[in-house]
Amino acid sequence: MGSLYAIYRKEMGHYFVSPIAYIFIGLFLVLTAFFFNVILAEVIKQTFQMEMQGMRFGGPSDFDAPAAVMRSFFGLLSTLVLFFTPILTMGVYAEERKRGTMELLMTSPVSELEIVLGKYLASLSLFALMLLPTASYMIFMVLHSDPRPPWSMLAAGYAGVLLLGGSLLALGSFVSSLTENQLIAAVVTFAASLFIWVLDIGRNSDSGASAVLQYLSVIRHYEDFARGVIDTSSLIYYGSFIALFVFLTVRSVDSMRWRRA
Amino acid sequence: MIEVQDLTKSYGAVTAVDHVSFTVNKGEILGFLGPNGAGKTTTMRILTGYMPATHGTARVAGFDVFRDSMEVRRRIGYLPENPPVYPDMTVETYLDFVARIKNVPAERRPARIDDALRKTNLEDRRSELIKRLSRGYKQRVGIAQALVHDPEVIILDEPTVGLDPKQIIEVRNLIKSLAGNHTIILSTHILPEVSMTCDRVVIINKGKIAAVDTPQNLTSQLKGGQKIRIETDAPEKPLRDMLAQIPGASRVVIEPARAGGHQAVTVEAAQGNDIRNQIAAKIVEHGWPLYELHGVSLSLEDIFLELTTDDAAHAQASS
Ligand SMILES: Nc1ncnc2c1ncn2[C@@H]1O[C@H](COP(=O)(O)OP(=O)(O)OP(=O)(O)O)[C@@H](O)[C@H]1O
Ligand SMILES: [Mg+2]
Repeated sequence: MGSLYAIYRKEMGHYFVSPIAYIFIGLFLVLTAFFFNVILAEVIKQTFQMEMQGMRFGGPSDFDAPAAVMRSFFGLLSTLVLFFTPILTMGVYAEERKRGTMELLMTSPVSELEIVLGKYLASLSLFALMLLPTASYMIFMVLHSDPRPPWSMLAAGYAGVLLLGGSLLALGSFVSSLTENQLIAAVVTFAASLFIWVLDIGRNSDSGASAVLQYLSVIRHYEDFARGVIDTSSLIYYGSFIALFVFLTVRSVDSMRWRRA
Repeated sequence: MIEVQDLTKSYGAVTAVDHVSFTVNKGEILGFLGPNGAGKTTTMRILTGYMPATHGTARVAGFDVFRDSMEVRRRIGYLPENPPVYPDMTVETYLDFVARIKNVPAERRPARIDDALRKTNLEDRRSELIKRLSRGYKQRVGIAQALVHDPEVIILDEPTVGLDPKQIIEVRNLIKSLAGNHTIILSTHILPEVSMTCDRVVIINKGKIAAVDTPQNLTSQLKGGQKIRIETDAPEKPLRDMLAQIPGASRVVIEPARAGGHQAVTVEAAQGNDIRNQIAAKIVEHGWPLYELHGVSLSLEDIFLELTTDDAAHAQASS
C-alpha cells in the first residue's frame, strides 16, 4: 500500500515538474472553451428557430436547451478524450524501460499490481484534473438556465467521461507496457480506441451480433451517461473493461522479466 | 548468506551464465571479475530477482530468489549497470522515493537518507536535479540508492565506473567499511580493485567460473611459477630456438628494442623450476650481450589473463 502511494506520488511529480501536465490542462481548457462557445451559439440559434416555429404554429416549444447543450458538450468531451488519452499513456512504461528504472522497481519489494495501479491512478488523476476546469462552463450554464436542469444530469455526464477516459487510459497503459517506442504506443492506442469506439457501427440493424458489438462499444454506454442516465450494465461494462486491462498490464509487466529483461 | 548452485541463463542460443556455483559468507566482500560479456551483470540480475534463471538455484539469506522473490528483494540493495535514476527528481526526493518503495518506515526515512548522502559524499547536492549531475555524481546517487534502506546484502554492478580517481578510492573505502555488517558482491573488470577491496574473487569468463579464491591465494598459487625478464640484443630467431630448448620455459614474448634501449624478452617458467641460471649460461655461450635478467612474480593481472584467454584456458584444462 505504501509502495503504491509512493509510485503514485512519483508519477504525479513527474507530470507536474515537466511541462506535460500544464500543456495538457491548458490545451484541453482552450479547446473545450472554444467548442463550448460554438455549441452555445448553435443551441441559442436553434432555440430561436423553435420559438419562431412555436409562434407561427401555436403551442409551447418543448425544446430543452440546457439538455441539448450538455449532450453536445459531453459528446465533444468524448471526442477529445479519444485524442488525449493515447498521449497521456504513451510514456508510462516506455520511459521507465529506457531509463533503466524498471530495473529498480522490479528489484524492489513492490508487486507488479502496485506498480501498475500506482501508475494507472496517477494518469487517471491527471485526466480528472484536466476535466475539472471544464465543469465551470457547465455549472455556469446550469445556474443561468430557467428552468434549471437537475444537477444529477451534470454529475452523470462527468461520471461518464471519467469512466470512458479511465477505460481508454487502462487500454493505453497496457499498450505502453508492450513497446519501448512511445510513438508506436500512442498510435496503437489511438487505433485500438477508435476500433472499440466504432463497434456499434451496425446499431441500426437488429441482429444478435450487432447487439453484442453495441454492448462492447465504449461510446454506446457513454451516451446513456451523457443523457443523464446511470445504467448498471454500463457501470459493469466500464468496470470490467478497466479491470481487464489493468490485469493484462500486470501480466505484461510481469512477463518483461522473461521477455528480455 | 548467498548460495548459488548450478546457475544457468540462456538468451536464446547464447548461454550467458553456464552452470555457475559459488557461495558468499555473511559479512564478506566477493569480487566478480571478468572481461566484457562474461556474464557478471546477468548473474547479478538473477540474484536480485530482476529475471529468472534458465536452470539452477540461488538463495539469499536462505530465501530462493525466484520463489521467495519478495523476501529476497527486501534484503537487497542493488546498483544496476546503469544507475536507475529519474532525471526530473532531486537527489533527495529520489532517495525518499527509493526508501519508500524499499519499505523504510516514515520515522526512519530522514535519517537513512542523510546517512546514504553522507556515505556517498552527496550532502551538498541533495537539492540538485539529477539530470544536472555529471556522470560520476549520478553513479554516486546510484550507490546511495543501494544503501538507503540499510540492506543486509548489497550487490553493486561496476560501482566505480565513471568516478574520478579520488572518488574511486573513497568508494572502495566505503565498500570496505560496509563489510562485516553487510554482505557485498561487486563486479568489476579492474583487477587492482579486486585485490584492494575483496575478501574473495570469482573469476568468470564466457559464463563459466575460471577460479574462486582469495586474491592472496590466487597470486601465490602461481608465485612458484615465474616470469623472467631479459634484456639482450640477440638475433630473434636463434634466441627463440635457444629458449625453446630449455625445459620449463614457455610463452616467450620478444619486444624489439626502442631507441637507445635493448630488446626485451619475457619468458614464463613452470612452478618450482628456476631456469634463470640456464638462460644466462646459454646467452653467454652464444656470445650475445646480456644487459639484464631478473624474475618477476606473476601479478593478479597475469593470472586473470591466463585464466581468461583461450589458449591459457586450454593449458589450464589439460594440466
Ligand atoms: N538481454 C540480452 N539478450 C541477449 N543476450 C544478452 C542479453 N544480455 C546479455 N546478453 C549476452 O549475455 C552475455 C553476458 O552478458 P553480461 O551483460 O552478463 O556480461 P558482463 O559480464 O556484465 O559484461 P560487461 O563487463 O560488458 O558489463 C553476453 O554475451 C551478452 O551479449
Ligand atoms: Mg555488465
